[in-house]
Order: sequence, then C-alpha cells, then structure tokens
Amino acid sequence: MIVVENIFKSFDGTPILEDISVTFEKGKTNLIIGRSGSGKTVLMKSIIGLHDINEGKILYDDRDFVTMTQKEKQDLRKEMGMLFQGSALFDSLTVEENIIFPLNMFTKLSQEEKTERANFCLKRVNLENVNHLYPAELSGGMKKRVAIARAIVQNPKYLFCDEPNSGLDPKTAIVIDNLISEITHEFDITTIVNTHDMNSVMEIGEKVIFLHNGLKCWEGSNNEILHSDDQYLNDFIFASNFAKKIRDMEK
Amino acid sequence: MRILSTFGNYILLMRRVFSKPEKVKVYYKQTLQEIENLGINSIGIVIIISVFMGAVITLQTRYNLENPLIPLYLIGLTARDSMLLEFSSTIVGLILAGKVGSNVASEIGHMRITEQIDALEIMGINSASYLILPKIIAAVLFNPFLTIISMFVGIAGGWLASVTTGALSSADYIMGIQYWFIPFYITYSEIKTIVFAFIITSVPAFFGYYVQGGALEVGKASTKGVVTSSILILLFNTILTQLLLA
Ligand SMILES: Nc1ncnc2c1ncn2[C@@H]1O[C@H](COP(=O)(O)OP(=O)(O)O)[C@@H](O)[C@H]1O
Ligand SMILES: [Mg+2]
Repeated sequence: MIVVENIFKSFDGTPILEDISVTFEKGKTNLIIGRSGSGKTVLMKSIIGLHDINEGKILYDDRDFVTMTQKEKQDLRKEMGMLFQGSALFDSLTVEENIIFPLNMFTKLSQEEKTERANFCLKRVNLENVNHLYPAELSGGMKKRVAIARAIVQNPKYLFCDEPNSGLDPKTAIVIDNLISEITHEFDITTIVNTHDMNSVMEIGEKVIFLHNGLKCWEGSNNEILHSDDQYLNDFIFASNFAKKIRDMEK
Repeated sequence: MRILSTFGNYILLMRRVFSKPEKVKVYYKQTLQEIENLGINSIGIVIIISVFMGAVITLQTRYNLENPLIPLYLIGLTARDSMLLEFSSTIVGLILAGKVGSNVASEIGHMRITEQIDALEIMGINSASYLILPKIIAAVLFNPFLTIISMFVGIAGGWLASVTTGALSSADYIMGIQYWFIPFYITYSEIKTIVFAFIITSVPAFFGYYVQGGALEVGKASTKGVVTSSILILLFNTILTQLLLA
C-alpha cells in the first residue's frame, strides 16, 4: 500500500501538482488518469522520488519515503519495478541481459540461476526465444513485455507503469493491460498505472483517480466512473462522439 | 551566477559519481568496456594527427630557419620538444575532447531522454556512478598511453618528413631528437594528460546527464560539453604549465 498525503510539486515556481492525497491499494491496479499534460508522469515520478516534492508525505507501507537518505531510498527501490512510457530498455544489452541487469547488480546468483529467472519472467509475459535479441530488433509490444519482465525480475512489492499501452495497437494494448492486471493479482503487488486510455480504465481500473491540471478531481472505481457528475471528468471520458453516443443510448 | 550554479551542480554530480560503488565486479567490467570504447578506439585518430603534426613542425622549422649558423640538428630537437611539451598532450587532448566528449555526452544524454537513467535509478542503482565513473577511470588510465603513442609517432612523422622531402638529413634529425633530452617534459605532459582525461569525460557527462527534452537538446548538450571541455583544457594547460615549469 502506498499512501500519498497532501503533496505539492512545482518546477521553477510553476505549480504542477497541488495538494494531492490518495491511497494506492495492495493487490489492485490503481489508475491515474487524465489528459496529457495533467501531471500523471510527474505524480508517478514524485512518488518514486525521481522528482523531489515541495511538500507532503509519501508512505510505502508506513515507511516514510520523503525523509529517507539517498541510500535508504536506493534500498527501498529494490522493492519497486517500473514500466516506462518508452520501455527504456538498455539498448546496448540483449533482452536477457536487460532482464538480469538488477540481479547482476544486487545478487550473487550463478549465471544459470539468472538465466532461469529471466526465462521465468519472459514466459510470464508470454515471450520465448528472444533472449539474445537486442531491443532495436523488437516490436513495440515486445519491448513493453520485456520491460515488464525486467520490472518484475526482483519480485517487486510496488509496480509502476507509465502509459503502458501508448504507441500500441488496440489489441496489443488490451493484452498488455491484462498482463499487468494478472501480475498484480498473482503476486499481490501494489500497482499504479498512468493512462489516458478509457479502454484501460474500463478493463483494469479497480481504483481510479482523475487528474486535471495537477488537481485530483475525482476518485472511484471503473464501475462508478460513467456516472460521475464531475464536469472535467465527463469531458475527458466523453471526449469522442462515439463515447457520447453510447452514453445517450444508455439513457 | 549561471556559471556558479552550473559549477555547483557539477560538483554535486561528481560527489555522487565518486560514492561507494554497489558492486565492484560490475564496475570493473564496465571500465574495461570503456577502455575499448574511449581509449583503444581513439588510437587511430591519435596516430594520424600525431604523424602530421610531427611532420609539419619539422618542415616549418626547417623552412623558417634562414640563418646558416644554426645547426640543422636543432630542428629535430624542436620537433621533439614541441611534441613532448604541447602537442601530444594539449592538441591531442583537444581532439579527444571532440571525439570522446561528444560520444560521452550524446550517449548519456540519449539515456536520459529515453528514461534509461530513470530505469537505473528505480532499480536502486546510483546511475551517476554507474554511467560516469567507468568512463572517467578508463580515460584517466588509458589516455597516458595515447600520449606516449603520440610522442613516438609524432617524432617519427618528423623524421619521415625530413627524409622524404630532403629538407634535413636522417642523421641530423636523429641527432637532434637525442640532444639535451629532459625527461621531466614527459612527466609534465602526462600530468596534463591525466587532468585533461578527467575533464573530457566528466564535463560532457555532466551536460549529458542533465539533458531535458529530445534529440535536439542532446545535440546541444554534446556541443556544450565539447566546447566547455576544450576551454577548460586550455585554461588548465596554462595553470599547470605555470605550476610545473615555472
Ligand atoms: N522536468 C520538468 N520540468 C519542468 N516542467 C515539467 C517537467 N516535467 C513535466 N513538466 C510539466 O509538468 C506538466 C505535467 O507533465 P506530465 O506529468 O508529463 O503530464 P502527463 O499527464 O502527460 O504525464 C506539463 O505541463 C509539463 O510541461
Ligand atoms: Mg506522461
């Protein structure tokens, strides 16, 4: 469980996040949604500590992250995995080397054990026989899968996904969403997903918060989201004529 | 003001770079890799430049020497001392600032904008140290060899120019390069090389590490890294010369 309390974040005096409080629950896929530029990535990176926040509290299962030393933060990060928007695979390393990278750094496992672990993670994301390919040789969907495999290699307690299906075709996007959701439940992880894709919200949005211009405007689940009376949220959800038509038909 | 805060950020980054490594074995492997990337892959360009520099110094000295009372072997001596004192360290340093500096800045900058640096951080790795320390160590260890290579090849280039153009006899040149040899010149040159090696890896790495934006900004950071390290090389060349030779 990750608890965020009243966090503020600005860049050079420009406020980006204002007074955000939210609880991200364990064993659930928690979604942060909002238009592009609404502050999703900044919020996620602030929670991980890649951005320093100006004010507020961040608690990882009651451990106060903000007051930790750099070293303590580094240790806590070994419990985190992250899927970046552009996958962020190391281009000079093969798929297998990418996945076992954290193991090389922090464990004393033998090469066989590491390869075995890599294969387990690859299999979990439904990839096989790609161990010796380089990221440049993979399709967008495969890169995301490898990035997920890398994110889960150390058995994280916390999983962060920034726009996991950006740049993917709709079908692959659903596959990736479901994969994230399955892994979350299977390993009982606290997962946070940034997205602006309503399909993801409806598919995997067990808990959803909606950001608008750096403010949290709404919080709930995918069952409730279509019936909210928040104006900004409705504008966001029913941005397309298609969605509007469906709503009118339901009425 | 801008310069001061940039310098402050550089110092802060270097403090992270030189903090205790997570796993020595991984750093050792990275360093070997960087010795190949930054050092061994620079041997070719160092040889080419040095041959031509040695040749040009020799020919210019020869054609500017009108006075028949000055013995010709002094041309060999001039070529040798110019290579030892200045060309093999400073000029090679400037060339490497271009080659190595742009390589370092664009590699690290690319990793920054594609979030690979964030990926390292989220794994609990000190990205500054992991990415930058092996490059600094590799250059500081290997560049002194490049300087030695440059000295030999430069002096050989002078000889080649003398005999092929007939500007000077082989015997005169060889006598010149042996005449009044001061070993400290080599020490002086190597000290400069080590300082320059630190500059041409750490400064472009700094500009790459803090890139924001896209490919265009990576290009700009690379240019800034090269220009700044070149200026710093010239500055430290002056300071070290005053300290070591005065
Ligand atoms: N490093 C930064 N420096 C200054 N402004 C930033 C930085 N990162 C993001 N921003 C600004 O913060 C706002 C929110 O960005 P972001 O969180 O990336 O949005 P998104 O919801 O699309 O992920 C944007 O206006 C962006 O310009
Ligand atoms: Mg974003």
